[in-house]
Amino acid sequence: MYVAVKGGEKAIDNAHSWLAEERRGDVAVPDLTVDQIREQMALAVHRVMAEGSLYDPDLAALAIKQARGDLIEAIFLIRAYRTTLPRLGHSRPIETDDMACDRRISATFKDLPGGQVLGPTFDYTHRLLDFKLAAEGEALADTAPIAPVDQAPMPRVTEFLNRDGLIQTEQASDATPPDMTRAPMAYPAGRPLRLQALSRGDEGFLLGMAYSSQRGYARNHPFVGELRIGKVPVSMEIPELGFDIEIGEITVTECETVNQFAGSKTEPAQFTRGYGLVFGQTERKAISMALVDRALRWQELGEDNVGAPAQDEEFVISHSDNIQATGFLEHIKLPHYVDFQSELELVRRMRLAAGADEVKEAAE
Amino acid sequence: MSQEYNFAYLDEQTKRMIRRAILKGLAIPGYQVPFASREMPMPYGWGTGGVQVTAACLTPADTLKVIDQGADDTTNAVSIRKFFERTAGVATTESTRDATVIQTRHRIPEEPLTEDQILVYQVPIPEPLRFLEPRETETRVMHALEDYGLMHVKLYEDIARNGEIATAYAYPVKVEERYVMDPSPIPKFDNPRLESAAIQLFGAGREQRIYALPPYTQVVSLDFEDHPFNPSKADHPCALCGADHTYLDEVITDDQGGRMFVCSDTDYCSRRQADGHRGDMAPPVLEALS
Repeated sequence: MYVAVKGGEKAIDNAHSWLAEERRGDVAVPDLTVDQIREQMALAVHRVMAEGSLYDPDLAALAIKQARGDLIEAIFLIRAYRTTLPRLGHSRPIETDDMACDRRISATFKDLPGGQVLGPTFDYTHRLLDFKLAAEGEALADTAPIAPVDQAPMPRVTEFLNRDGLIQTEQASDATPPDMTRAPMAYPAGRPLRLQALSRGDEGFLLGMAYSSQRGYARNHPFVGELRIGKVPVSMEIPELGFDIEIGEITVTECETVNQFAGSKTEPAQFTRGYGLVFGQTERKAISMALVDRALRWQELGEDNVGAPAQDEEFVISHSDNIQATGFLEHIKLPHYVDFQSELELVRRMRLAAGADEVKEAAE
Repeated sequence: MSQEYNFAYLDEQTKRMIRRAILKGLAIPGYQVPFASREMPMPYGWGTGGVQVTAACLTPADTLKVIDQGADDTTNAVSIRKFFERTAGVATTESTRDATVIQTRHRIPEEPLTEDQILVYQVPIPEPLRFLEPRETETRVMHALEDYGLMHVKLYEDIARNGEIATAYAYPVKVEERYVMDPSPIPKFDNPRLESAAIQLFGAGREQRIYALPPYTQVVSLDFEDHPFNPSKADHPCALCGADHTYLDEVITDDQGGRMFVCSDTDYCSRRQADGHRGDMAPPVLEALS
C-alpha cells in the first residue's frame, strides 16, 4: 500500500538536531572556542573572509565553527550574512605602498630597497608531521626573534621597471568602478569587475586555472615581481566632517607578476603585468589571481586568443564563485522525480517504437 | 528572526530593484531581465530566484503556498515555506484555491489559476538556448535578432534521430510570437497551462534573471506541422483519486516490479478524494484525509 510521502517538516527538524549533535562531537572533549579558531586556524579564517567578501575575523571563525570546518559552507554563511548588512558608504582605495609588511619577497631581483622579508611562511619548512603538537599542553618551544624596527620604505618592484619603461604602464582612472554585488554581471565585464570576481573566487578553481596557464594553455611566463603581505589602514571620508578618518586596518596579500611580452613592429618589447589582491594572508590565491588576471588580458595586450580556458573571461567569471557552483551542483540532490518521470515515459515510448520496428523488420 | 530582518527578509531597496525587474519582465513577456540577485540564506540552485521574486511580491495580507514536484510536503518546499513564515509572518496554505501567491518548482498546479493569483517559478537555467550555445554573449544576440534557427534544427534532429522531439521537461515555448522562453523544468504536460489567468513570474537567482508572463499571454510550445506538440503523461489513472487527466508520479511499491501511479499535485488529489473520487488503491474513505 502506498504511503503518501508526508513528514518532510519533522524530518528536517530531526536532521537539524542530529547535525547540531555531530557538530559538537564528543562532549568529553572541550568545546572549541571562536577565539581559538580565530587565533589558531588563522589561514582558514582568512580564506573565509576573502571568499566571503567580508573582513571580520570573529564572524569568519564563528562560521567555521558552525560549518564544522567545511570552509565553503562557512563562506556561504558569511555571504548570506553580508547581504543583510547596510551599505554605509565606501572607503578610500587602500594604499599598499604603505603596507606594514610581515612578508615581502621578489623573485625577480636578488636584493632590493626594503629587502627580502620571508615572514611567517611555510615555504622552507620540511613537511614532516610535528608530533610535539599532538602532545598535551603544547608550550611554545622558542619564541621568534624580533628584528629591530626597520622604517626603510619598501618601494614596488614594478615601479623600478616602470621608471625605465621596461614594463607596461597601467592606465590610471578616476572612474567609479562597477560593483558586482549591486549590478548583474554582463559580458564583456572589463578588468575592474574581473578583478572583483577573481578576488572573491574559489581558491581551488583559480589555482587550477593559473596552473593550466603555466602548463601551456595560454602560457605567459610569469615571475613573481613582488608578493607582499601585511596590514594596511582603511580610511573613509565622512561627509559631515569633510575629511578622511581611519576606520581600521586590514591584512591583505598583494601579488604583482612580471610577464613576458614579445612586443610588435610598432611597439618595443615590454614586460606586462598581472595583479592579485586578496583579504588576509592568502598567498596561493593572490598568486593564482595574478596569473589568471594576466591571461585574461590577452585582448588588451594584443595577444592571440589561443582558445585556452584561462583566457576566456565569461568562462572564468561564470564558474569561479564557489557559492554559486556548490549550490547548483548540490541542487541535484533535491527531488527531481517529476522531470525524471517525464523522461522515463519518453524513453519507454521510444524503446517501444524501436521494438515495434524490429518486429516489423523481422516479419519482412 | 522576523524581528531582526526586514519583512520577507530582503531590504526595501532590494525589493524595489526586483519589482522593477518584474515590471520590465511583464512589459516584455518572455524577455530575460538581468537583475542584481542577492545572496540568500539558502543555496543557489535551491530556489533563490523564486524566493527573491516571492519576497518582492508578498504583502502581509497574502496567503502563500509552496510546492516542489507538485507536493507541499517535499523537503525543499517545507524549507521555503518555513522561511517565509519566519521572515514575513504571512499565512500559508496547502490549498491551491486559497493561495494568493504560489511558489513552485517543476509543476503548475492542476487546478486552473485565477486573476487574483501569482505563480512564481524557480528557474535553474533561464536561457532556453544555453545547451545549444553556452555563451551568454552569443545567446543575448540571438534573442535580440530573433535568431532561433539553432533551436529548430535541434528539434528537427531529435525527430530525425528518435522519431520525436526528445525533450520531456523544460520544453521550449514561444511567447507572443517573439521570445523563445524556458518554462523552467516543468514536464511538457504542463505547457498548455502556461496560458493562464494568473500572473506568472520566473526567477533565476544564480543566473541573475527574471522573466514573466502577464495573464492571458499567448504561449506556444515549439513544434512542426507534421510533428505537433504532444503533452504526454503516463497512460494510467491515479491510483488514489482515479483522475485520468492529471500528471502522475510513478511510485515503486516493492522489489518485484510493483508500481503505482498517483497524482503529483497532492492538493488536487486529496481534494478529489474528499469529493468522493476513488482510485484502484485508494484507502478506505475515513482514512483518506488523515
